[in-house]
Formats: sequence, structure tokens, C-alpha cells
Amino acid sequence: MRKWTKLAKYSFLTLLGMVLLAGCDRSKYIVLDPKGPVGHEELRLIIISVILCAVVIIPVIGIFVYIAIRYRDTPDNKAPYQPEWADSKVLEVIWWGIPVVIVAILGVFTAKTTLNLTKPPVKDVKPIVIQVTSLDWKWMFTYPDKKIATVNYAEIPAGVPVQFVLTSSGTMNSFWVPQLGGQEYTMPGMSMGLWLQADKTGEYFGSGANFTGKGFAHMQFRVKSVTQENFNKWADSVKKNSPALTNQGYKNLEKPGLEKELSFSSYPKGLYEDIVNKHGGTYMDHMNHMGDSSSMSDMKKDDKSMSGMDMEHNK
Amino acid sequence: MDTSHFFVTGDPMIYGADVSIVLAVVAIVFCLTYFKKWGWIWREWITTVDHKKIGIMYLLAALLMLFRGGVDALLMRAQLAVPNAHFLESEHYNEIFTTHGTIMILFMAMPFMFALFNMVVPLQIGARDVAFPALNAISFWLFFIGAMLFNLSFVIGGSPNAGWLSYPPLSESAFSPGPGQNYWIWGIQISGIGSLATGINFVVTILKMRTPSMRLRDMPLFTWSTLASSIAILGAFPILTVTLAMLTIDRLLGGHFFTSTAGGNPMMYVNLIWMWGHPEVYIVVLPAFGVFSEVVATFSKKRIFGYSSMVFSMIAISVVSYYTWVHHFFTMGAGADVNIVFAICTMIIAIPTGVKVFNWLFTMFRGRVRITQPMLWFYAFVPCFLVGGATGVMLAAAPADYQYHNSYFLIAHFHQVLIGGVVFGYLAGMYYWFPKIFGFKLNDRLGKWGFWLWQIGFYVCFMPQYALGFMGMTRRIYTYNASAGWDMGWAPLNMVSTVGAFLMGIGFIFQVWQIVYSIKHGERDVTGDAWDGRTLEWSIPSPAPVYNFAILPEVKGRDAWWYQKQEMKNGDYQEKPVKYEPIHMPKNTGVPFIMACFFFIAGFGFTFEWMWMGVAGLIGVVVTLFVRSFQYDTDYYIPVEEIERTENEYRNRVLSAQQTAN
Amino acid sequence: MQQSASAHVSNHDHGHVDQEGLKILGFWIFLVTDCLLFATLFAAYAVLHTHTNGGFTGKEFDKPGFIIETFILLISSFTSGIAVLFMHKGNKKALLGWLIVTAALGAVFVGLEINEFTNMVHEGATISTSAFLTSFFTLVGTHGLHVTVGIFWMIGLMIQLSRKGITNVTKRKISVISLYWHFLDAVWIFILTVVYLMGVM
Repeated sequence: MRKWTKLAKYSFLTLLGMVLLAGCDRSKYIVLDPKGPVGHEELRLIIISVILCAVVIIPVIGIFVYIAIRYRDTPDNKAPYQPEWADSKVLEVIWWGIPVVIVAILGVFTAKTTLNLTKPPVKDVKPIVIQVTSLDWKWMFTYPDKKIATVNYAEIPAGVPVQFVLTSSGTMNSFWVPQLGGQEYTMPGMSMGLWLQADKTGEYFGSGANFTGKGFAHMQFRVKSVTQENFNKWADSVKKNSPALTNQGYKNLEKPGLEKELSFSSYPKGLYEDIVNKHGGTYMDHMNHMGDSSSMSDMKKDDKSMSGMDMEHNK
Repeated sequence: MDTSHFFVTGDPMIYGADVSIVLAVVAIVFCLTYFKKWGWIWREWITTVDHKKIGIMYLLAALLMLFRGGVDALLMRAQLAVPNAHFLESEHYNEIFTTHGTIMILFMAMPFMFALFNMVVPLQIGARDVAFPALNAISFWLFFIGAMLFNLSFVIGGSPNAGWLSYPPLSESAFSPGPGQNYWIWGIQISGIGSLATGINFVVTILKMRTPSMRLRDMPLFTWSTLASSIAILGAFPILTVTLAMLTIDRLLGGHFFTSTAGGNPMMYVNLIWMWGHPEVYIVVLPAFGVFSEVVATFSKKRIFGYSSMVFSMIAISVVSYYTWVHHFFTMGAGADVNIVFAICTMIIAIPTGVKVFNWLFTMFRGRVRITQPMLWFYAFVPCFLVGGATGVMLAAAPADYQYHNSYFLIAHFHQVLIGGVVFGYLAGMYYWFPKIFGFKLNDRLGKWGFWLWQIGFYVCFMPQYALGFMGMTRRIYTYNASAGWDMGWAPLNMVSTVGAFLMGIGFIFQVWQIVYSIKHGERDVTGDAWDGRTLEWSIPSPAPVYNFAILPEVKGRDAWWYQKQEMKNGDYQEKPVKYEPIHMPKNTGVPFIMACFFFIAGFGFTFEWMWMGVAGLIGVVVTLFVRSFQYDTDYYIPVEEIERTENEYRNRVLSAQQTAN
Repeated sequence: MQQSASAHVSNHDHGHVDQEGLKILGFWIFLVTDCLLFATLFAAYAVLHTHTNGGFTGKEFDKPGFIIETFILLISSFTSGIAVLFMHKGNKKALLGWLIVTAALGAVFVGLEINEFTNMVHEGATISTSAFLTSFFTLVGTHGLHVTVGIFWMIGLMIQLSRKGITNVTKRKISVISLYWHFLDAVWIFILTVVYLMGVM
């Protein structure tokens, strides 16, 4: 038995070491190290919820340990034994009351944050719109005002709120850039709005977050935030040097498979809206569920092809 | 349908499974023939309507499925132990996580729960069987056949691979052609009908079959939890039946409920399936809470604290669970107002749950606490479920969930509450009532080994997963660090998590060894009261005679058996003269098994889209029902001589045990 | 420790559990779950009924058709009520007679519905034309299937009645199917209103 206990002890210590060392590099905890206002707001709520939960959980575990030790059935235990005592209004009030208060507090913070996140992260900077389409198994980004397109990477200007509008060409996926903020589902026939913003320049990890089959695990993409000036330069360079995305080119993208990073100097007019409509958009409510209506009018203004579409119909 | 791949080919593990299945079937047939047990197995097990035997069959099936689901888990963790592993390719991994989730919830937790309902509830309420014994058998065989159908998929036709809840459009024919997804639909559909029937059965049993002097407020808390859970089953399972049928219509008949074209709405599926799915997890956790109420009171030698509060909180949980489903898809963009309402409802449900923990702790307070195996599992449950519940409250904060959703944080949370709550609870129940059902206790030493391996394994496996969630790792990916240039640092914690999973697997092996060992060497339960219990089931022999109670017990309040024992100790107990009467019992019937066989034919046919076979199977089901309707001779009476004999035998056994002790 | 000699409640009342009452309660609870089943189908219909994909719309429902179906089903519910009255009076012949009428009316209802569906399919309105039609055929078809099962069930009971006469058991069986039949009638009222009447307006 000695040999086994020694082995068990060393294994456990090794494991513990691995866990602690793995935890050393804080920058890997990207959800806890946000690079933009949306992620920061979400982290604030995370921290508040941890504190509120800890207020209950830690004392309760303490009480549990105390009770378990104190009232053990050993012959020399002198703790009182009251087998018929089973009621206490005071205790009931305490342990119904405190959780109610905690839930109320957390509820208020949750409501406030949820409402805040439907608005652009900053008010005084003009937002840009980037359309996102999830395909099997790659991401396509179309820029309605720059009129360029990319696959599996996107560049955004730092300090500028970005309204991502999300759709899917087939299966239900989810668009997630953890360092910038939370995710939202991409769905066929729907156009969902998600506000994100990068405070500074940098490169951020993005991935799909709702299972879509064989190639799902490979749906990582890169979000690069650069200065406004460099963003314009990059867009111009793509316009000048990259091939165009034709209708046939898009059809090729639709074929199931993986892709590397691609850039396109132009894309077919109304491509995003066509994708939305082709997959059931005519029956769905087009309002951005997480953006506000000004972004929709932005879309109308910036992309003339949409003016012919009746966005409010409910046939 | 293309059946060129009828038998799944190309994978050595599958070939190994094929061989094992054939060998196992041959072995079973050989043993039954050699020992001339065909008649016995038909008479005693396949046609039984006895709730105790049905409970045993449910338990065996659940443990077998725990093994299968566990192997799935170990395969997944092996693949994820290192980045870019090629132990399992993508689609194979996807099939495994799909079957792992489906099996654990629907074919392990549900039957384990039904095992406890069946083994315990009639005995706790002083009844001789459930309200509808033949329906009870139908429930079991439908579950069995549904599970068989589902398990067949990995060797014949291919398993489903769209996740345990199969969201469309991925689960529609366009993206998941073939029998795999159909296996998922029919396995669950058939088994679900059985579950609904059990819900009806136990509601009527508890309301109408209690021994006459037991009022609702005298019922043990496990029975209350069964009632709350059964009522929740009644509300949730019809939704599941319809949703699965709608997906079938889409796949089989070209319908458009959930397609993205011709006006279908995939989001409607997500809503409907979770309107079933959320109550479902409370359906399975409420009986676990019921188990703990029994275990804590018995082993603290004290009445349960706050009985009314406990009943109220269970009913509150049962009801509020219907108001939280959107929290499974806060990120589907329902809008801030909807998300806020459901976030708050979700947080609210944590309150009655937490109250129960306090009630258990204060039952132990000023009690005399014995640490037995069931109580050990309660000790394990408290910290585990508290933390798991806390992470649930964290997830309920919708904007925070935008970062947690579908990440390993979510996986860690739900495994913590499902394993820490449901599995630990059901295991505690199994250890607690094992002697009542089988007549012997399970060995302590082996049990402790199993217990500690499970505990250490659990925390080592799942705590790193919370961290992985914060590191941005999504669920359902068969490998990681695969794309060029992205090393997110997930490898070390994944390796640690895999080690933990294997520790749990070894723990399970110890438990199996424990059961096998105890068959011969386990401490026999001679008196029927293995733990000095408080409720009625401990007042009859172990195992209970077929009629349970020779005379229906008279109950004067809660914990009736405990107070009767106190009266007997004090000499206050008035023993009345015994007059036995013939006992009315239901006859065995082959109808449930035969009906299930027809359901299998139907399910198999529809899975492969052979409509003739599917329809033939359904007609067979209807014909079986029709035939059953004509059966009027369904009961018999146990004669008084047999009752006398059984009761006297038992009394003598107890007396001689007492003499040996003295 | 003696146990089974303990309790003493005299067992003369071992049938205290009223078997027939138990089965009727169980069936009521089953009807609640069947109600939820239909509620889910109605919910799906509510979501999808405007999604007509440029094909058949509610305005094209055959008005005389569904009105006649409604009358037939309502009358059959009435005749099943008459049958039960005779059952309580102990009149086996009248009970059987009115059951036959009920089942026959039910069969006519199903026949009319099959005819309605076939006509729609011939016009090109199939279950795969649009989400609206998928949910229509599923909702109304599920009700029709329930009625069909009910007819065969009724025939089985009629045979049992003619053999065994009116006993406690057969009384319970007739009460149960009568509950079922009235329930299907109630569901039809909702279908008439939500699907047909709101469709043609």
C-alpha cells in the first residue's frame, strides 16, 4: 500500500503543478483580458457574478465542513443531539432572504448590461458595418462601404465601433472573437447585429462557436485591428491588387471544404442580401436584434442595392 | 436510401465491436440453452409486470449505458489529450460526442431514475404495485428497444453526428443524409413514449395507491420528488414527441418545419427542443434531491429539517423550470428584453435549490451522523453541486453568457451539476436501496476506492475545463491548434482533463468489481432494515415478497417506521392480531415485449426509410394494443397459505439471526 | 425486530383501490398530455401559417368541405353522448346501436378529410410545398389519425360489448373512449377556428 500512496501523491503533485503552471500565462485567459469596451463590459458582469456567488458559496461550504465534523456519530462526541428539532422560521427567512437579495442585485446588473450591449460601444465615433457570412467551413466578410471582401480574416480600424451583421449560407454557426467580446449566432435567412470594438491595434483570435459538422473545428479566423489610416490603406491595396469575387467564385466558396485567407477587390452587388433572402430571409424579421435601428438605415444608405428591398414587410 | 454502407466499415474499433457483439449474443444464447433457462427468462423477466423486477432491469440497463457513454467520453478525451491528434477523425469524433450526450441523458439518467422510482416508491407508500403494472412493463420495454435501436447505429448504418440535440439545419436531410440522424430520432421517440407513460403511472400511483392512512403530508420526500418529477414529465415529453415528429416529417416526407427554404424556421426547433430540454434536466435532478433527503435524515438519525419547505421548493423548481428555456440560446439574438426575463427566471430557480442544501445541512446539525456509502456520496454532492450551481448563476447573466456559450465553461458547468447532482444522487440511491432490492449490501472497501477515484477524477477532469472556457476553447471540436499560427495554449489543461477522465473510468471499474464481489461476499440483509431506516420500505423483508406488504400498513405520520420502532422499544406498541386475506395481483403478460418488438421494426424501417417496414411495424403496435384490449383475464389472487408461509419464514429468519447475535 | 405483524388495517378492503376509477383518472391525465401535444402543433402552425412560399394559401380552403366535416364530427360526438346515456340505463342494444352510428359518422369524417387532402395534393399543394402546408397537414392529419385510431378502438369495444354485455369493466372502457371522442371534438373546434375560419378570412 505504501508504494501506491507514494505514487498517488507524486502523480497528484505533478498534475497540480501542470495545472498551476498552465495558469501562469495570464494572457492566455483571453476572456479575462478583453481588448475592447464590449469585452470589458462583459467582464465586469462576470466579476460581479463571481463575487455575488462567492458570498453564498464560500460560507456554505464552511458551514458544511463544520457541521460534518461536529456532529459525527462517534462515542465520545459531546455535541448536542436533538433528533426532533426540524423547524426554524428565523433560519428559513435568512436562507430564502439572502439569495433573493443576491438574485435581485445580479438581476439589476444583468439587465443594465444587456440593454447597454444593444447600443454602439461608443457614441461619438461613426461606426462601420461589416457583413459576415458563415459557410461550410469558412468565413466570408464583405465590406459594404469599401466594397471589398475577405475570407477567414477581417481588418478593422481600432477605436471605431464595428457593427457586424451576421448570416449563414446554410447551417447555424456562431461568430466569436473572445478578446473583443461575446458571440452571436449566424443563421440562414436572418441578419443579426453584433457590436464589437477594438481599443488598440492588435491581432485577435476568432472562431466558430456552434457546431456545423465535419470542418467545424477548423473555422478559426483572424481579426486584425489597425489604425484608421492603415485600414484605409489596406482596403485600397485590396481593391487594387486582389481578384474580384464573381458569382461563380462565391458558388465555389459555398462548396463544403476549408479555405485559406483570401482577399477580393469586389463582390457581386447585393451578395449579402441575396444570401439572406435565398435562405428564408423573406419570412424573417429583418431587424437587427442586437443593434439599433440607426445601423439598419446606415445599411440602407451605404448599399444602394438594398433600397429596392422592402425591409419591413411581413408577408 | 443508399444502403451500400449498411454495415459500418473501415474502422478497427468498429470491427472489434462487431466481433464483441456477435460473441456476446452467442454466449447469451448458449448459456440460456445449456442451463435450460429460456422458460425462466420469459416467465420471470420478459413478461413480468412486477415493479421490483422492472426496477432491476432498468438499473442493469442504466449501468450498461453508463459504461457505453463512459467509453465514449474516454475516447473523446483521448483524442483531445494532445493537439492535432489523429486518433479519431472529425466525423468519428462527432458521432462519439453525439452518442455520448444522448446516451448519458436519455439512456442512462432516465432509466436510472425509473429504476429508483420502481424499486422504491410503491414500498415507501405501502402499496403492492404501481397503478398500471402492464403499462409499467410497456414503459421499460419501449425504453429498452429505443436504446437497442440507438446503440445499433454504430455498427449498422452509422451513428448520428449532429450533437445530442441535433439542431437543424445541420440535422436536416440536406446536411445529414443517411440513417444516422434517423436512429437518433426513433431511438428517442420510442423511448420517450415509455417515459411519458411512466409519468402518468407514477402520478396516479402516488395520488391513489398510498396505504389508506398515509396523507400526502406523511409521504417520504423521495416519493414527493417522484411526484414532482413525474408531473414535469407530463408537461415536457409531449413537446419532445411533437418536435421529433416534425423533424421526421422534414427528413422523411420533405416537409419544411425547420428547413431554411420554403418558409421553414430552424429557430423554432431550438425553442421547442429546449422547452422540453430544460424541464428534462430538472426531471432528472429532482429525484436525486429526493434520494439525499432520505439518506441525510436516516444517517443523521434525525427528522428532515423543513419538510414543508422541501416539498414547496421541489414543486417550485418543477414549475419554474418551464420558464427558463431561452437561457440555452441567449446568443440566438432574441433581443434584450427576452434575454433579461429569462436570465432572471433562471437565477430565480437557484433559490429553492439552494434552500434545499441548507435544509440538508441543518438536518445534520444536532444529529448523529454516520458515514456510510450513501452518506459519502452526499458529502461529495454538497461542494460539487454548490459550485456547479454557482457557475449556473454565472451563466444566467446573459451578457456574460455571450462569452461562455458553447465554450468549455459551459461543458464544465453542466457536467458538474449532472454528475455532481444527478449521478452522485442516483449512486447514493443505489447504495442505499441495494440491500432492499437484492438482499445484501455492497462492499465498503471497494466502494471507497471507487468513490475516491470518482472524486479526484471528477475535479481533475472538469476544473481545468472552466479555465479552458476562459481561454476561448469551443465545445465540439475534434482537435485544436490545428489552424496555422494559432496556439492558444490549450494543450496542458486538456492533458490534465484527460487524466481525470481516466481516473473516473477506473473508479467505475471498481464499482463493477464491487457489485460482482458483493454478490457472494456482501453482508446479507436479514432483517430487511439494513440501515435502521425511517420509512416504510424498511419494515418488510429484503428482497421484498412479490406482494410487498402482507397487510397494508397503518401510518400515523411522517417517518412512520421510525416512530413505530420507537414505540416498540418503549413497549408502547399495540400489536394487533394478524388476519391475512388473499392478495389481488396482476398477471404477467407478453404484450409489452411484443409491442416493443413491433416498435423496433417500425423504428428500424423508418430509420432506413423503408416505408413498408415502418408502417408494418406501426400496424403491429396497433394490433397488439387491440389484442390486449380483448384480454380480460389479467389478474389473480395470492392464496392465504402462501402469504402465511412467506411471512413465517421471514419471521423465523429474523428470530434466528437475533439469537445468533445474542 | 418483528415487522409485518405490525400494521393491522383489515384487508377486507383490499380492493379499496377502485381499479376502474384508477384507469379513468389515468386516461384524463393522458388527455392532458395529448392536449399539450396538440398545443405544440398549434404553436408551430401559428409560427408558420403565413409562410406559404408562393403556393396554396388559407384562402383556398374548401369552405363547404370543412363545414360539413365539422357538422359530422359534432353530431358524432352527440351520438356518443346518447350511447353513454343508454349505457347508464343498462340498455345494451341501444348502446351498441348508437356506437355504430358514432363510428360510422367518424368514418365519414375521415373519408371526407382524405378526400380533401387528395384534392389538395392533386392541385399541387403537398406537404413539401411550403412550411404552411407542412404544418397544416401535420396538425389536421394528426387529428385525423387520432379519429381513425378511435374508430378501430370503438369497433373493438363494440365486439367486446356484444360478448360480455355491460359490466363494470366494459362501462369503464366505454367511458374512456367517450372521453377520447369528446376530446377530439374539442380539438376540432380549435382547428376549425384557427386553421379554417382564420384561413379563409
